[in-house]
Amino acid sequence: MEITLSPVSSSLSKTFFASLYELTNGERIRTCLQCGTCSGICPFGYIMKFPPGKMIGALRAEIFDQVIKADSVWMCVSCNACSAFCPSNIPITAALMTRAKEEMLLAGNIPTELQAALENTQRYGNPMGESPRKRADWTLGLQPEVNILGKTRQPVDVLWFVGDYASFHSRMQSATRALAKVLNALGIKFGILGPEENSDGDSQRLAGERGLFEMMAQKNGQIFKRYKFNEIITTDPHAFNALKNEYPALGISHPVKHYTQFLYERLEQIKPLLKNEIKARVAYHDPCYLGRVNGIFDEPRALLKAIPGIELVEMSHQRLNSLCCGGGGGGMWLDGFQWEKAHTRLSEWRVREAVVASAEILAVGCPYEPPRFEDAIKTIQNASQLKVREIAELLAEAMGL
Amino acid sequence: MKIAVPVKFVPDLVEELTIDPGGAALDTTWLRLIINEFDDHAVEQAILLKERGSGQVAVTTIESEGADDFLFAAAAKGADQLIKLTGDFSSANNHALARVYADLLKELQPDLILTGVQAHNDLDGSVGPLLAELLGLPYVGYVAGLTVTGDKVVARKEYSGGLVAEVEVKLPAVLGIQASEQPPRYVAYSKIRQVMGTAKIEERPVSGLDPSGGTAVSRMFQPEVAERATMLEGGADEVADKLVGIFKELGTL
Repeated sequence: MEITLSPVSSSLSKTFFASLYELTNGERIRTCLQCGTCSGICPFGYIMKFPPGKMIGALRAEIFDQVIKADSVWMCVSCNACSAFCPSNIPITAALMTRAKEEMLLAGNIPTELQAALENTQRYGNPMGESPRKRADWTLGLQPEVNILGKTRQPVDVLWFVGDYASFHSRMQSATRALAKVLNALGIKFGILGPEENSDGDSQRLAGERGLFEMMAQKNGQIFKRYKFNEIITTDPHAFNALKNEYPALGISHPVKHYTQFLYERLEQIKPLLKNEIKARVAYHDPCYLGRVNGIFDEPRALLKAIPGIELVEMSHQRLNSLCCGGGGGGMWLDGFQWEKAHTRLSEWRVREAVVASAEILAVGCPYEPPRFEDAIKTIQNASQLKVREIAELLAEAMGL
Repeated sequence: MKIAVPVKFVPDLVEELTIDPGGAALDTTWLRLIINEFDDHAVEQAILLKERGSGQVAVTTIESEGADDFLFAAAAKGADQLIKLTGDFSSANNHALARVYADLLKELQPDLILTGVQAHNDLDGSVGPLLAELLGLPYVGYVAGLTVTGDKVVARKEYSGGLVAEVEVKLPAVLGIQASEQPPRYVAYSKIRQVMGTAKIEERPVSGLDPSGGTAVSRMFQPEVAERATMLEGGADEVADKLVGIFKELGTL
C-alpha cells in the first residue's frame, strides 16, 4: 500500500534560505565540496532520492523545490553521521535536514503516522498518546516510594527527568524501575516530576516540529522553576541533548547529565556493590545522541566493564561511527513509512552486527532501543539467543536488586 | 459557497472515565474533552471543498475546554469564520445542541452544512439529522466524499459490505460526514500560534437550552461482572437429565 501524503505546496517559504544560512554554522553549507561522504555514510542514503549531498547540490542549483516535493527527507533519522564525518563541518543534520523537515511540515507534506505522534505530543505531552496522569505509574509498588515532587515538595539533589518511553513503554518500565533501585542503593536523594513532566520534545524538533518543541520546553521550564534541585539526570539521550544543547537558548538552563555519566562519577562507590557475576559477551550500542552528538563513549563502557563476568566486545559500527537504531529524528514514528521505502530497519542491521560480534547481550543506554532491537531479534536469523539489556538493568542485576 | 461546520466535543477516552456520585452521568472532575473525530473529518472536508473551488468555511462549537485551541487550529487549516456559542451547556444533549446550532445556522444561511455523522456520546441520536429536521433541509449520512456542482451536491454514502451510493441532493443540505477524502491534516504548532494572534473568535451568548425530545439517563455504570453461567458436569446423559430438570424448574417445559 502506498503511504499517502497530504498535498505538496509548490513553493518554499520566503524565509527558507535566509533562515537556513542564519542557523549556527549554517553558512558552512556554502563550503560543501560535494565529496559525497555524507550520502555515503547516511544509513538510508542509498534509498533517498535526495541524500544529503544531493540536497546541497539541489540547493545550489536552485531546484530545492524538488527536494521538498520528494519525500525522501523523511528517511532521515537525524543520527548525525553525515555531520560527524563532513570534512567541511557542515551542520547537515542540525541545519539542513531539520530545516527541510520543518519546511515539509509547514507545507503539510507529512506522513500520517508521524502526524499522530505530533498531535499526541501537543495534546498529551507525550508522543504515544498516553494519559499524562499515568506518567508515574511505573513507580507503583516500588519501595521506598519514588519521590514525586508535585506531591512531596521536598528539595532534592537530583531531578530525574524520566522521559516518554522510559515512563510509558511497557518494555522500558522495568528498566526504569531498575535505575530507581540503583539510585536508591547509592543513597541518591532524587525526585521525579511525574504527571507534570512533558516530553523533552527533541525528536519532535528533529522531525521538523520546532514550534511544538518550544511549547514542550516552555512547559518543562515552568515546572523546573517550581522545585529545588541541584542537577538533572535523564534516562533518555534525546532529553539529555535537549536539556544540554537546546533548552538554554530558550532561557532554561540547568546542569544535566545522562544517567550513565552520573553513575560513572560514582563508579568507585558502585564497584563493591556489583556482587553478582553476569557471565556474558556484551556488545554496547552507542546511542546517537549520547555518543556521536555529545561525546559520551567511555562512561557507559566503563560501567559495563565494572560488572564481574562481562566481556565487552565491539560491533563493526561503534563510537563516532555507531549505527542508529532507526528511532531518532521522528524514525520512532515513521516505521511503516520507512519500511515501505527500505524494506529493512536499521535496528535489524544492528542486531546482525551484534550476532556477527558473537555478543550474547546487546547493552543499550537509550529507551528507544530495547523495543526496537527486541522486535528486530524476532526477524533476524541466529539472533534468538541475543538479549537486549539497558545498562541500568545489568547494574541492578549485578547488585542483586 | 458558504459551508458551515457545527462540531462538538466528547469525553477523551485516553483518560479513565468515572461515574458521578449521582450515578447517572460522568464525573466531570477529571474529564477531558476532545473534538469528536467525525467532526474533525467534517472540518477537513469543508477545507478541501474550499481549496477545490471557492467558498467560505465557518466552524462553530460550544464553549468548552479546548474549544479555542480547536477553532484556532481550524483557522490555521483555512477556516474563515470561527464562532463560539457561550453559556451554560452542562445540561446540553444533542437535541438542545441541534436547536442552538439551528438558530445560528438560520442566521448564517450556509449552502452546505457538514457535521460528523456520529459521536461516541450520541445518547439521543446524532446532531446532523436533528439539525436537518429543525432547518427543513435534506440530510444524507455516512458520507465519505462529495462533489458540488452548481446548486447540487453528489454525496458518496457508505453502506455496509463495501457498497457506496452516489446520492444527489439539492442545496442547501446537511451531510453527516463519515470520513473526509483525506485524513485531517496536520498544522505546525507555529502556524496555530501565528493564527492565535490574528484570527478572531466570535462569541455568541446562548441562553435557555431546550433538551426536550432527548433521552433521560436513569443509571450509568461500568460493565458489571455477573455470574449467571452454571456449568453442568458429568456425562452426556447425566447433563441432559440435569438440563431437562432446569427447564422444568423454570417452567419452560
